[in-house]
Amino acid sequence: MKSRKLKALMPTGRHAVIGVPFLWLFLFFMLPFFIVLKISFAEADVAIPPYTEIYSFVEQKLQVILNLGNYVMLSEDELYISAYLGSLKMAFISTVLCLVIGFPMAYGIARANKDTQTVLLLLIMMPTWTAILIRVYAWMGILSNNGLLNAFLLHIGVISEPLQILNTNLAVYIGVVYSYLPFMVLPLFANLVKHDLSLLEAGSDLGSTNFNNFWKITVPLAKNGIIAGCMLVFIPVVGEFVIPELLGGPETLMIGKVLWQEFFNNRDWPVASALAVVMLAILIVPIILFNRSQAKELEGKA
Amino acid sequence: MAVASGAYKKALEGDQKPKEVLVKIDRVTKKFDETIAVDDVSLTINKGEIFALLGGSGSGKSTLLRMLAGFERPTEGRIFLDGQDITDMPPYERPINMMFQSYALFPHMTVAQNIAFGLKQDRMSKTEIDERVAEMLKLVQMSQYAKRKPHQLSGGQRQRVALARSLAKSPKLLLLDEPMGALDKKLRSQMQLELVEIIERVGVTCVMVTHDQEEAMTMAERIAIMHLGWIAQIGSPIDIYETPTSRMVCEFIGNVNLFDGRVVEDMEGHALIASPDLERAIYVGHGVTTSVQDKQITYAIRPEKLLVTTEMPTCEYNWSRGKVHDIAYLGGHSVFYVQLPSGKIVQSFVANAERRGARPTWGDEVYVWWEDDSGVALRS
Amino acid sequence: MKRFSFSNVMLVLGLLFIYMPMVILVIYSFNASKLVTVWGGWSVKWYVGLLDNTQLMNSVGRSLEIAFYTAISAVILGTLAAFVLTRITRFKGRTLFGGLVTAPLVMPEVITGLSLLLLFVAMAQMIGWPQERGILTIWIAHTTFCASYVAVVVSARLRELDMSIEEAAMDLGAKPWKVFMLITIPMIAPSLAAGGMMSFALSLDDLVLASFVSGPGSTTLPMEVFSAVRLGVKPEINAVASLILLVVSIFTFLVWFFSRKAEKRRLKAIQQAMDETTGAANLAGPDSRRDPSQQHAPA
Repeated sequence: MKSRKLKALMPTGRHAVIGVPFLWLFLFFMLPFFIVLKISFAEADVAIPPYTEIYSFVEQKLQVILNLGNYVMLSEDELYISAYLGSLKMAFISTVLCLVIGFPMAYGIARANKDTQTVLLLLIMMPTWTAILIRVYAWMGILSNNGLLNAFLLHIGVISEPLQILNTNLAVYIGVVYSYLPFMVLPLFANLVKHDLSLLEAGSDLGSTNFNNFWKITVPLAKNGIIAGCMLVFIPVVGEFVIPELLGGPETLMIGKVLWQEFFNNRDWPVASALAVVMLAILIVPIILFNRSQAKELEGKA
Repeated sequence: MAVASGAYKKALEGDQKPKEVLVKIDRVTKKFDETIAVDDVSLTINKGEIFALLGGSGSGKSTLLRMLAGFERPTEGRIFLDGQDITDMPPYERPINMMFQSYALFPHMTVAQNIAFGLKQDRMSKTEIDERVAEMLKLVQMSQYAKRKPHQLSGGQRQRVALARSLAKSPKLLLLDEPMGALDKKLRSQMQLELVEIIERVGVTCVMVTHDQEEAMTMAERIAIMHLGWIAQIGSPIDIYETPTSRMVCEFIGNVNLFDGRVVEDMEGHALIASPDLERAIYVGHGVTTSVQDKQITYAIRPEKLLVTTEMPTCEYNWSRGKVHDIAYLGGHSVFYVQLPSGKIVQSFVANAERRGARPTWGDEVYVWWEDDSGVALRS
Repeated sequence: MKRFSFSNVMLVLGLLFIYMPMVILVIYSFNASKLVTVWGGWSVKWYVGLLDNTQLMNSVGRSLEIAFYTAISAVILGTLAAFVLTRITRFKGRTLFGGLVTAPLVMPEVITGLSLLLLFVAMAQMIGWPQERGILTIWIAHTTFCASYVAVVVSARLRELDMSIEEAAMDLGAKPWKVFMLITIPMIAPSLAAGGMMSFALSLDDLVLASFVSGPGSTTLPMEVFSAVRLGVKPEINAVASLILLVVSIFTFLVWFFSRKAEKRRLKAIQQAMDETTGAANLAGPDSRRDPSQQHAPA
């Protein structure tokens, strides 16, 4: 009854208010995907731009040539398949690691007193304002063969010769968890801080252990925060380019890196487009999940 | 409230002025999706009166008020102000102003800027605005706080500012949404009368929404009781309390004892009602005009009119034996819960006029009785 | 009561994990040795050397320019989107609109970058615009994804606003756009500022989108840094990175400092108001609060 809508009150400016952001996002976010889809059916060509047109209109005949070759190649070439699998594996393991490390951190911040909370939140947020490039770069100096970590380990005598960490998958895991940890902690905190502490007290009062309280009360209530945090890590990591490029080695096959190489090194735009289309098809379910949890969280149904 | 309020005084004195209609709500219905918030409501509000919409949550009273303000558009029906159809007029063009429940003061403006906001929209000159703001501040006795921000004010002070702001444009109609909702109980009764006084001094017509019957009875000249989107009864506070027209109204306002029964004798000058809960018939001092088929009726009597005594009444009707089941001591009066032989428990208010008197106590055999004209016979 | 719980230990370890590499980076930017991993004493020569690197300095200027424009446009676009999401609850395509606003938050940058580039190429072919890629196209790309961040921040604020304040303004005669300018905007100003600063930082940081949609001669700072570091650690880059870290930390500190100051001032004002009202009630008594029974005595 008291749902307050100003909707009926703005018949004039209303269309402009909706229209401007809608048009912008449609033109610069949605429409490009259709162009990517179109070009994924084209063939690479030595021209500007470097692909063939998929339709032609000659002698009153409209010809549409859909070249499925790019997709056939993706499904047949071992390299692409293992790159997709490698990305998914990397994203999954990193997401789990971020959740395991990030949840206690978010919980700790949510339970801290108000002043400390502000400071801690800023400490978590500050790295997100710093270029991911620089944070990843910082690890290069630490992890390299003659870097700080190896120097330290040699010094205390744990190892006798430098470990190869940089340019391996381990370095990529470290870099990904390091870079994406704040994106896990912030939505979890936003959710956890809204929890009513008396629920846990009620649980304890009814004889539940702290451990049981955590699994039966805190975790289910934090569901939307967990989904949002996991998706904020998982989805971008699947397409991550900078971290595998700088920290990974030849064994690191990730789709973002492969796409980049196809596009910039091979100048094969159609194959790069096909790679993007398949990546989007894989990610569409997580993206929808994220959008839903986001909508719920914003409606305050946490 | 033990104080003679403006509204009560007027009701007692009777209103000599001819009534002039200001607002006419004509068969208005409002639907939200499938739920009907306001269901075919028609009513008129007279110039200069304070009118209250009283009801529980979900009764549609707030929706009706928001339609008057222009924040909701009726699904069906029209609303007229001073003869002009304002149904489709946006809120910013209506000569109607509202005092919000949360006061809705602009947090980034001072008290004076808040009051001046509406005047600025009318493109008044600066000197005129300043004069009007000063006048309003004086009216609500807030002159010394003109430069304060809302968060530097107490609840009662915020309410005064909100009132001044809604009166500044001299609206034809003032709307009050739960005017005392944000105040604590002690401040409430004081502010109720102060609000009435200011409104009367300004002479503005006022529609208020409240769920608090005491507030409605203190402040309003007429009350509409709303229930599930329709109006159950409209009348003065005295009408509504003393002659409710339905069971719903009399249960909503105050406490009541209800006896279901059948009309056994219906004459022009009196009627007799037999209730299974009472050993003796109920005598009503007027005809109740029942139909031939349906003799079912409910007799309602307020607890303060149901008297408790230890001596057996001598009259033929309107009393019953009983046993004191429970007593609640409330200071000014006590509530006696008396169990009748049928098992029904009735309430009686007994004024504590003496500090310690000999009175019936738990388990005592007592009699309850009432005057012929104390109760009301209800058809629905 | 401070408890030494598991979550607090994790919090400290997590923060150490986040900040250690940055601290090490800053320390090594003052290393005199050309070899990045060997400590050769303190020196500021890499910082001095930066000033002579005109190519790098040009890219810094370009990046700042783009970030500045992006911050302004993303705040406008994002606020409009947030307003639509929170205040216009029902219109055709609302679900699509909500999706379009939140999807850029998680969309892998390589996809967004590639798709935008292909759009610009297709547009250049069809309508001849944009003729060349550069600052303008980077600005469009950055505005699109920064607007989403602004929309999320601003809509959270809009949702917790008491809607009756806006209604009150309309009730007092202000037309909808005036309500928005005079009431809504001032009340959400802090989140607009936060959104703007966030967009500025995001735009300054972006490498992938800029790499796709930039043209020759319009390299941004992250692109310069990237092409330098892909082959290994370089002392000049340590200096650049340290400067960026310095700016961000000063900035973070200022945000904290001013928000704390404002909060303290607010609490003090409330306390003062409460003291005064209770004081006035005790002192003035029946004078300031007239006795209603006298006012309504029968005339």
